[in-house]
Amino acid sequence: MPATRETRLVTKRFGDEQAKTLAGYVASGGYQALKKALGMQPAAILDEVKKSNLRGRGGAGFPTGMKWGFIPKDAKTTYLVCNADESEPGTCKDRELMYWDPHLLIEGMAIASFALGCHHAYLYIRGEMMREHAVMQAAVDEAYRGGLLGKRVAGSGYELDITVHRGAGAYICGEETSLLNSLEGRRGWPRMKPPFPAVKGLFGQPTIVNNVETLMNVPFIVEQGGGVFAELGMGRSGGTRILCVSGHVNRPGVYELPLGITTRQLIDEVCGGIWKGRKVKAVIPGGSSMPPLDESELDVPIEFDALMTDPRIKEVEVRPGVKFDLGGGKTLRTMAGSGGVVVMDDQADLPAICARIMQFYAHESCGQCTPCREGTGWLARISQRVADGRGLPGDLELMESIAHGIGGNTICALGDAAAWPMLGFLTKFRGEFEAKLAASVAGAA
Amino acid sequence: MQTAPLSDAAKQKLNAVLSRYPNAMAACLPALHLARAEYGHLGDDVVKLVADHLALPVAHVHGVVTFYTMFRREPSGQNVLRVCTNISCMLRGGYEILGAVERELGIKPGQTTPDGCFTLIEEECLAACANAPMMICGARYFLDLVPEKMPELLAELRQTPQTELV
Ligand SMILES: Cc1cc2nc3c(=O)[nH]c(=O)nc-3n(C[C@H](O)[C@H](O)[C@H](O)COP(=O)(O)O)c2cc1C
Ligand code: SF4
Ligand code: FES
Repeated sequence: MPATRETRLVTKRFGDEQAKTLAGYVASGGYQALKKALGMQPAAILDEVKKSNLRGRGGAGFPTGMKWGFIPKDAKTTYLVCNADESEPGTCKDRELMYWDPHLLIEGMAIASFALGCHHAYLYIRGEMMREHAVMQAAVDEAYRGGLLGKRVAGSGYELDITVHRGAGAYICGEETSLLNSLEGRRGWPRMKPPFPAVKGLFGQPTIVNNVETLMNVPFIVEQGGGVFAELGMGRSGGTRILCVSGHVNRPGVYELPLGITTRQLIDEVCGGIWKGRKVKAVIPGGSSMPPLDESELDVPIEFDALMTDPRIKEVEVRPGVKFDLGGGKTLRTMAGSGGVVVMDDQADLPAICARIMQFYAHESCGQCTPCREGTGWLARISQRVADGRGLPGDLELMESIAHGIGGNTICALGDAAAWPMLGFLTKFRGEFEAKLAASVAGAA
Repeated sequence: MQTAPLSDAAKQKLNAVLSRYPNAMAACLPALHLARAEYGHLGDDVVKLVADHLALPVAHVHGVVTFYTMFRREPSGQNVLRVCTNISCMLRGGYEILGAVERELGIKPGQTTPDGCFTLIEEECLAACANAPMMICGARYFLDLVPEKMPELLAELRQTPQTELV
């Protein structure tokens, strides 16, 4: 299969208005997988998901089957929560997925719930998504009326409720433990882990949190088998990948593609190249919290393991010559994250873009831990003055040391999400920051 | 000022909401959304009313309200314009869009026009990055924006406001 051909497992109903209705969805083959799943043993479904090599599409790429396996065997009440809080800058797939194919998400949630022994699943949808909320609520209501949710799911003895729950404006609620607190009616403060949600999550019960795209892949896995799904992928990652391409390309868009596609193929062959006849300078591969790639690093597949380990991608440094340690001797290259690919052309002002990213994380820090609360604020202020040509001597070293102080020292990964891109931009595009600084110091003298 | 009690329709909805959760606290966000739709914003009296309905401490509900940006404490305009300036939008002119709206309406982010027609908010990423620059107003998306078209678009919203009080 050519790497640049779109392969549609979860976007196949995009553009089809009919498919949003239960009748239209069923007519195009919908809810067959749920019926099949209800005739299987939950353990057999879990096996297929394990075999499929499905990995979480919410950001961390964690193997879904393994996560489901963490639910204690003797759990009486379990919950499934679908994370539809999508707000990582550059990411715009879950919103489109829910808008075009709401029943595929309901079907995926229902199968997952059955496999996990869960009788009440929650869909936590971002508060600002008023249009998608209406679509999802209408689809859930229709699924109840059609006998696909409620006391007897699709005529079986299995009972399942799905409740659509709206957020109210807070990026941090995408972090799974913050989301659980928010769902419990509290401020969205992340929780210390362990215990992990699979052991003690929503209302104190074992809970699985999965991303929208992750769950929408489940019906295919049940229908076609985990092996077929694994075959479509690459290495230890099964299926396809939705990439949301934005920024300076000719054809930005949301594309479902084979996992083997490289960033360069994505830009040139899928997105029609860089706009205005310019050249590429930098690419963020998976949402604004991921270290960027430079032009020499674009020939690596945008796949979970490749972006983390391929030696063609430089290791992020704390300061020139000193590698950033992720712990356990692992160094940071970059990650596939949320699939938000942001492309910057050769005229892009990277210090200004980096400052905007820092401003975002400073704004969204929940304030619970000092390194994140104080550090993101300082990074935002210093990176802004550097970008504005008001930087002071030593500012780059100061930013490095603050970012290094945040990384790995906080309750949740929002701290890292600010530190990593800061260090990544400084590692790979240091010259641009130095030039700004040189100009501002000279100007001040 | 005395706040009117929740309408019967809202009370009915609130009861339906409560049945979806194992405890009343979990109904906090849905209840506040209902109150937002009913009263337009969440002043102290409305916060107290929600707390009473859920039998929760006012301090808890107040803490929740102040954590989330959509729970506005002040009245807002009929149209709440949420203009994204995060990176994907910035790269394709998000700040020019924001500037065009500021000029046309004569207000800055966080402000409401004197006629109560528009509130302007500079937003973080709204998950439509592939159609940057963009903004939302109520349930409507305005995608692939160009600054020159903004006056026309705002005139249209003045005629047919898009509420976000749902
Ligand atoms: C600051 C922060 C924000 C996050 N935002 C989201 C989000 O908007 N959507 C999402 O699915 N996952 C988000 N995540 C990841 C979740 O914590 C969690 O890993 C994910 O929902 C698990 O689903 P998956 O295994 O299917 O990927 C975020 C994580 C962090 C640290
Ligand atoms: S890392 Fe930041 S966002 Fe996460 S809990 Fe700490 S202060 Fe809050
Ligand atoms: S950056 Fe503007 S919608 Fe995502």
